[in-house]
Amino acid sequence: MTVALVLVLVVVGSILFHILSPWWWTPLASNWGYIDDTIIITFWITGAVFTAVVLFMAWCVLRYRHREGVRAAYQPENKKLETWLTIGTAVGVAAMLAPGLYVWAHFITVPDGAAEVEVVGQQWQWNFRLPGEDGKLGRSDARLVSFENPLGIDPDDPAGQDDLVIEAADLHLPVDKPVKMVLRSIDVLHDFYVPEFRAKMDMVPGMVTYFWLTPTRTGTFEILCAELCGVSHGFMRGTLMVDTEQDYRAWLQGQSTFAQLSGSRQTGMVEEAGQ
Amino acid sequence: MVDATHRAGGVIPPAEVPELELYHPKSWWTTYVFSQDAKVIAIQYAGTAMAIGLVALMLSWLIRLQLGFPGTFDFITPDAYYQFVTMHGMIMVIYLLTALFLGGFGNYLIPLMVGARDMVFPYANMLSYWIYLLAVLVLVASFFVPGGPTGAGWTLYPPQALLNGTPGGQELGIILMLVSLILFIIGFTMGGLNYVVTVLQGRTRGMTLMRMPLTVWGIFTATVMALLAFPALFVACVMMLFDRVLGTSFFMPALVEMGELTSHGGGSPILFQHLFWFFGHPEVYIVALPAFGIVSDLISTHARKNIFGYRMMVWAIVIIGALSFVVWAHHMYVSGMHPLFGFFFATTTLIIAVPTAIKVYNWILTLWRGDIHLTLPMLFALAFIVTFLNGGLTGLFLGNVVVDVPLSDTMFVVAHFHMVMGVAPILVIFGAIYHWYPKITGRMLNQQLGLFHFWVTFVGAYAIFFPMHYLGLVGAPRRYPELGGTAFIPESVADLNAFISITAFVVGFAQLVFLFNLIWSLRYGKEAGPNPWRATTLEWQTPTTPPPHGNWGDERPVVYRWAYDYSVPGAPQDFIPQNDPWPDKPLTRPA
Repeated sequence: MTVALVLVLVVVGSILFHILSPWWWTPLASNWGYIDDTIIITFWITGAVFTAVVLFMAWCVLRYRHREGVRAAYQPENKKLETWLTIGTAVGVAAMLAPGLYVWAHFITVPDGAAEVEVVGQQWQWNFRLPGEDGKLGRSDARLVSFENPLGIDPDDPAGQDDLVIEAADLHLPVDKPVKMVLRSIDVLHDFYVPEFRAKMDMVPGMVTYFWLTPTRTGTFEILCAELCGVSHGFMRGTLMVDTEQDYRAWLQGQSTFAQLSGSRQTGMVEEAGQ
Repeated sequence: MVDATHRAGGVIPPAEVPELELYHPKSWWTTYVFSQDAKVIAIQYAGTAMAIGLVALMLSWLIRLQLGFPGTFDFITPDAYYQFVTMHGMIMVIYLLTALFLGGFGNYLIPLMVGARDMVFPYANMLSYWIYLLAVLVLVASFFVPGGPTGAGWTLYPPQALLNGTPGGQELGIILMLVSLILFIIGFTMGGLNYVVTVLQGRTRGMTLMRMPLTVWGIFTATVMALLAFPALFVACVMMLFDRVLGTSFFMPALVEMGELTSHGGGSPILFQHLFWFFGHPEVYIVALPAFGIVSDLISTHARKNIFGYRMMVWAIVIIGALSFVVWAHHMYVSGMHPLFGFFFATTTLIIAVPTAIKVYNWILTLWRGDIHLTLPMLFALAFIVTFLNGGLTGLFLGNVVVDVPLSDTMFVVAHFHMVMGVAPILVIFGAIYHWYPKITGRMLNQQLGLFHFWVTFVGAYAIFFPMHYLGLVGAPRRYPELGGTAFIPESVADLNAFISITAFVVGFAQLVFLFNLIWSLRYGKEAGPNPWRATTLEWQTPTTPPPHGNWGDERPVVYRWAYDYSVPGAPQDFIPQNDPWPDKPLTRPA
């Protein structure tokens, strides 16, 4: 009796917790509503299975608990029942997998015309790079990283000279414009994670990874690192602002290019050495 | 299979080979310490695993102290926190669960359940335990070296695992961790070969493969998998050790450490992840399959009903075992590997849900129209079904590639894997200990203490890990010692974290009650007799309880039927042991 009751309470409690608890995902700020929809489908299917199985179990425990003089039924197998259960399960699984793969195909297909924004992770800060007038990011290599060149941009690549370098400061993105986040790390694994965007991806030293999104509302968002990157992993935070086109242009004006930065840093070094 | 599994009879061939002479211990040392008896080795394995498991339990308390009450305990620095998390994970997965299921239950149950006198290579079996003990000691030693144990997370992902920004990365911690794993794998291989060969070659007459209890099928399949999966971890550990000690660059690309370019270059961090998860995913099933097998036998015995769909259950175990080698990269959807892999691994991962679901159905269909005795083993089995089902279903979120993207690396993942490969298998371990303790010691465990232990553990563990999924849904990342001032996380999350921590302390305390019960009942437990559960399998039919070295006295048993003849219509009792020829006469034995 107690056991059956507790099993029922587990089901009822879980459903109530799901409905009533204040803990739910953050309001979406990107085009990835598809992902939220797939999660909802998965919640419905898995929730139904959980409820059905545990309640059936509770009923069995109540109905077939030991009573003197009653023997269990003898039935080694039931091919028909097993076949139907297998088919039903396969259908349920397909109902989750199909939308999942459909959305994944979208997720990995970057639309033409998406602007590129590079994120460079390092222990334990976020740096960014935007292509300049030419719309192209210059070549980069971790072996070129130095004080004057914190992102390791190849000084011999003309495409890199006009790149805007944003070192340990906020990143701005224009609203409603698709953007391809190009991800790089100069030391260990990191992961660019903005919960409101739903999307995330690891940043791997020696590789360039990516994902894409379209920010759908303006506001200030936190960037977290989602891949363990050493002792200050939990404190590796950044800020991302989604601006109107106008605000974005204004912010862009205030940024310095790679050429400007390396020039001024070298001058600074010379001055320091001269003192 | 030629013989219909659930029908008695068939032709039982005469013995083809004479029995091998057992090694006879000559002293107390060779009987109880350097023993070659699988049952003694099993107890050594289980004792060591539980001892190191206690360390993992205490580490989990420290983790929960920090997460529930961040900023309160000054001694839990971020360094220490990562060390606790890493060692807790590694101990639980490898040194407790793997060792206890295969080294503990495997050693005790395989020879008894298949009617053998011992494992086929007793000396290698003994060495297996001692090398395992050495691995545990090396692991423990890392707590006492300068810099302490590694804090790289149990996945040990390079490059950070080998760098200064991670505790133990440039000190001894990571080296000892890798050496300990290498030793563990060497030791495991010696035991694992034994389990496989004993099942294939050591079965008694009449014990066909399709008459074996599912416990043996589960442990056997898990061992085969482990023998195929551990080598990937072994080479990964050796290569990483070379990277750390000899300056090679298997996993180390050109990178900047604290502003300085290191001498590494050209290696691939993702290669390590592939090797790790090629081991790591089968590892989940290496822990789960023995649990599946054992829980099947617990349910069948205590519901007095044959396991529903035995052949389907065997094939499900084998298919899950095979499929689990082609799903590993579902741990790497956001690792930066080629995105097209996502289609393949999501599909294989969700396909594996089908045989797994069949197992769940067959467990509850065994309860259906059964004669359910709510004994402690049955209670733990029921709790296993609930938690395993819950954890399995959340696996459908994480396995489905695009759904994994927002949830990956959040507390949702932590909640999922604790439910499915922490809580669920451990509940089976408890059920199994309550079930077989009477055979091992001759005494029953105390019922009252057991009920206390059961209710606190089941309800408490569910209350810890079910709400934790929602932390991940909110977006709280895993492996953060504190969430800090994060605008998108509501303040009520701190209350939930405190609740989870307090519940964890209570559940942890209940485990101490269990340990006390284990010791107390050795002396004061009720006498059990040879077969207190009226079970059919061979280990309950030994002439002496606890079974002595050699198990069977003069004659090994002959098996006439499958392991699940409960409540057979017309039979005098509601169970027929496997070595009972009813309604026929026993075979005449050769002189």
